[in-house]
Amino acid sequence: MSRIDFQTEPGRYRHWRLRFDGAVAELLMDVDPAAGLFEGYELKLNSYDLGVDIELSDAIQRLRFEHPEVGAVVLRSAKENVFCAGANIRMLGKATHGHKVNFCKFTNETRCSIEDATEHSGQTWICAVNGTAAGGGYELAVSCDSILLIDDRRSSVSLPETPLLAVLPGTGGLTRITDKRRVRRDRADVFCSTEEGVRGKRAVEWRLVDEVVPPSAWEARIRERADEAAARSDRPRAATGVALTPLTRRFTDDGVAYGFVTIACDRAAGRATVTVAAPAGPPPATLEAARSAGFWPLQAARELDDAILHLRANEPALGLLVLRTEGAAAQVLAHDAFLEAHQGDWFIREVRLYWKRLLKRIDMTSRSLVALVEPGSCFAGTLAELAFAADRSVMLDGARAGDNRPPAALALSPLNFGAYPMANGLTRLRARFWGEPDSVGAAQARIGAAIEAGEADALGLVTMVFDETDWDDEVRIMLEERASFSPDALTGMEANLRFVGPETMETRIFGRLTAWQNWIFQRANAVGETGALKLYGTGVQPSYDKARV
Amino acid sequence: MPDGMNVDYDGLIPNNVDLASDARVKKALETWHPGYIDWWKDMGPDGFQEALVYLRTAVSVDPKGWAKFDYVRMPEYKWGILLAPRVEGRLIGFGSHKGEPAWQEIPGEYRGMLRRLMVIQGDTEPASVEQQRHLGKTAPSLYDMRNLFQVNVEEGRHLWAMVYLLQKYLGKDGREEAEDLLRRRSGDADTPRMLGAFNETTPDWVSFFMFTFFTDRDGKMQLEALAQSGFDPLSRTCRFMLTEEAHHMFVGETGVQRIIERTCEAMKAAGIEDPGDTARIRALGVVDLPALQRKVNLHFSLTLDLFGSEVSTNAANAYNSGVKGRYREDKLDDDHRLLDSTYPVLRCRDGAIVQEAVPALSALNMRLRDDYVADCQGGVNRWNKVMEKAGIAFRLTLPHVAFNRRIGEFSAIEADPEGRVMDAGAWAANRDRWLPTGDDNLYVTGLMRPVDTAGAYASWIAPPKVGIDNKPGHFEYVKLWDA
Repeated sequence: MSRIDFQTEPGRYRHWRLRFDGAVAELLMDVDPAAGLFEGYELKLNSYDLGVDIELSDAIQRLRFEHPEVGAVVLRSAKENVFCAGANIRMLGKATHGHKVNFCKFTNETRCSIEDATEHSGQTWICAVNGTAAGGGYELAVSCDSILLIDDRRSSVSLPETPLLAVLPGTGGLTRITDKRRVRRDRADVFCSTEEGVRGKRAVEWRLVDEVVPPSAWEARIRERADEAAARSDRPRAATGVALTPLTRRFTDDGVAYGFVTIACDRAAGRATVTVAAPAGPPPATLEAARSAGFWPLQAARELDDAILHLRANEPALGLLVLRTEGAAAQVLAHDAFLEAHQGDWFIREVRLYWKRLLKRIDMTSRSLVALVEPGSCFAGTLAELAFAADRSVMLDGARAGDNRPPAALALSPLNFGAYPMANGLTRLRARFWGEPDSVGAAQARIGAAIEAGEADALGLVTMVFDETDWDDEVRIMLEERASFSPDALTGMEANLRFVGPETMETRIFGRLTAWQNWIFQRANAVGETGALKLYGTGVQPSYDKARV
Repeated sequence: MPDGMNVDYDGLIPNNVDLASDARVKKALETWHPGYIDWWKDMGPDGFQEALVYLRTAVSVDPKGWAKFDYVRMPEYKWGILLAPRVEGRLIGFGSHKGEPAWQEIPGEYRGMLRRLMVIQGDTEPASVEQQRHLGKTAPSLYDMRNLFQVNVEEGRHLWAMVYLLQKYLGKDGREEAEDLLRRRSGDADTPRMLGAFNETTPDWVSFFMFTFFTDRDGKMQLEALAQSGFDPLSRTCRFMLTEEAHHMFVGETGVQRIIERTCEAMKAAGIEDPGDTARIRALGVVDLPALQRKVNLHFSLTLDLFGSEVSTNAANAYNSGVKGRYREDKLDDDHRLLDSTYPVLRCRDGAIVQEAVPALSALNMRLRDDYVADCQGGVNRWNKVMEKAGIAFRLTLPHVAFNRRIGEFSAIEADPEGRVMDAGAWAANRDRWLPTGDDNLYVTGLMRPVDTAGAYASWIAPPKVGIDNKPGHFEYVKLWDA
């Protein structure tokens, strides 16, 4: 199978079009049925596969970075009488379990990024449902801030997965209707088991949509809503965007080299080492000079994001990711200071929000994560979050013989204490210290200091500390042992331990909903030879094993 | 007398479903009735509500004598609920339930599917009445006017038939859907009818005959497929509707045929041999045959869109679950399950038209469309006989199925009436050769002058060979002023 590439740009889109009119942008879904990512299915009725979602994700990013003038985004379909039919069922029927899981995870992250744009970026997403929105199509709509449904007495919204496909609306649908749209749960039960869905007034009464609009008022009402939202935005109308220029990447058999990020694969050991390099110099002198794709925090984030997505989609057998950093911690901290000083600026805000989402993506990655904190590393501020995201972090105490670099040190910045909350709403340090809240304060008191192994251990910022004598053996044994465990058990164990404390809509989506969906995806009732996904489209009814589990 | 042969004419709603002892459905229908009458008065034939029309009314479901003819004001027409007689021991004839007894109630698992099929079928019935409501004013004869109104009242009865099923078998949802059938309006921007072709206007009588020949024939094909249904009340309803539908086909086919007869006759009388000599032919006040061909191209291609996607999951589901069969399923000789067979489908691949073998279950829309095309071709052949007999060197043809399509495989490409794929520019440059032009429409509109003298006919259409109910040529089919 060829490599799935997560990089694209509007000139290459097959499925989406962007239109701009002042402070309002329109993102039109117009899926090319013949341009599926794989062979063997057609993307009819604006149904989507991973390729469609990669473009959507790209469009969301570009709207944020390249269009500061845009305060409202209208998501709509360019096809008549159909908004979106959801994930392509034949694609799901043919896909491996691993692909389905990865596909759903990515689409969920993309939906969350739409919500993040509305909530934090001053870019309010409005969904104009001009036709049938079924399953994933409606899930796309509920990720927007508000939903307008055309009242032509035929367009409806529906989540027909259970009656039709024997799976769940797994892209947040089940969660968002109750947690976000606050649909009463018994009505949600009716809605989710009614194949044809709900339209017109009832859709408003049940809070499934915000408003139904007759066709004659449709365009004007959309524009009115969009203008209102745009007027509330704090984004600067006159600013110039920052072009997300193509990443420089070099793929080899043994890994990928980006500007600041490298992936080195060790297939025999079943692991990849991901190294992030610090910026070469200080941050730009001015905010204006920072506005480019080469601004270290932005470039590093884009590269690391692509690296993680690449590993998830294309290197499933590398179950262990070793996280490393290298370079001058001082420069990382200087960039953090720059991000902190200019946090009111729209672009800097976007960069910080991007790191927040990227770090969440790492949290959600079903690989064992081990951070190695060694001399020459720079787990400082924003990059220290990588160590806090890891399942374990191991730090070398002192220096190695013959290495004249100073001993390994961690460093904290203000960004570790609020800028990058996890899906559960906690900072990684608060989550880490869930049972010892005072430790957060103790760490906070050391912002800016070079925290060497002994102190890091005492503060609880690392898992284990080894000196040079033990390091090589201990690390080798730990990594080998980790790689020997069942990947399924590890995935489940890690996903449970990473997210302590409170539930949020997001953790419910990635935890409860996703876990059930991934279970159902393994069951014969869905994917067996007579399961609903396998038989969909053939006209043959599935036959279910009726025993409840 | 077999079950269901007797029609109860005593109540408000004539029926052979023993409505008198079904208080719930009777109440629902009586509640619905005033809204229907309001709809008929608002949206039915404009300007003729008081006229006395010589209409046939179904009084029995016995195929040997099911209708009687009499003068009636249309709002007083007896719209009844008539199902073909129940066949004892009827079995489901196809799909995964083949051989099981036909259902007398809707199975829960197929509720949504049956509801959708009935609503879509029901929606087309009032739509065509709305589309045709202004035609009475330009009828080329009282005979044609009467035929128009006959078609209209029967489309109204077909709406009743679907509403009965919705209210009888689908409870509260069914009642809501029945109300919505009266609220949608053909061509309305806010509340359009469900299918595209039913939101187009029927601006003139040539269009009416074409619509009746081509588009009502789609209705016939759908009814034929639903008449095979394992849901027995739907099957019985559709079987009886088909007896009425035959008249609609007749109106369309003979209407076009009489236009052709008149044109050929006028051309011969004037000594014109070239069918393309438009100016001279039009000077005779008849419809030139190339203009008729362009109408054929338009109505045929619009109607093909009603068959939906060539490869369809919905159609496969409906067949396999025993809800909707094939055209004349009971006459076909195969396993009636179609799990292992394929059917050839024309598809669009990289801009070219190719034939592919597709699993037969998924190709049912295509198959029904093929049956439809064959059915249309029969009528076209009969039209061509008229020209052949008259010695006029012109033949009508059906355009290629890829021509002028908006739904399905060929919506992505442009093709000429012979099926040659071309780019959008070349197609647009030739459009007026293939589809009715502004000139055509203006000319035909100019011909539309009412003729309301009994026995007289407009210049562009020949009289029928036989009258309705064997009435003589001068018979007054509509009494316009005798109120």
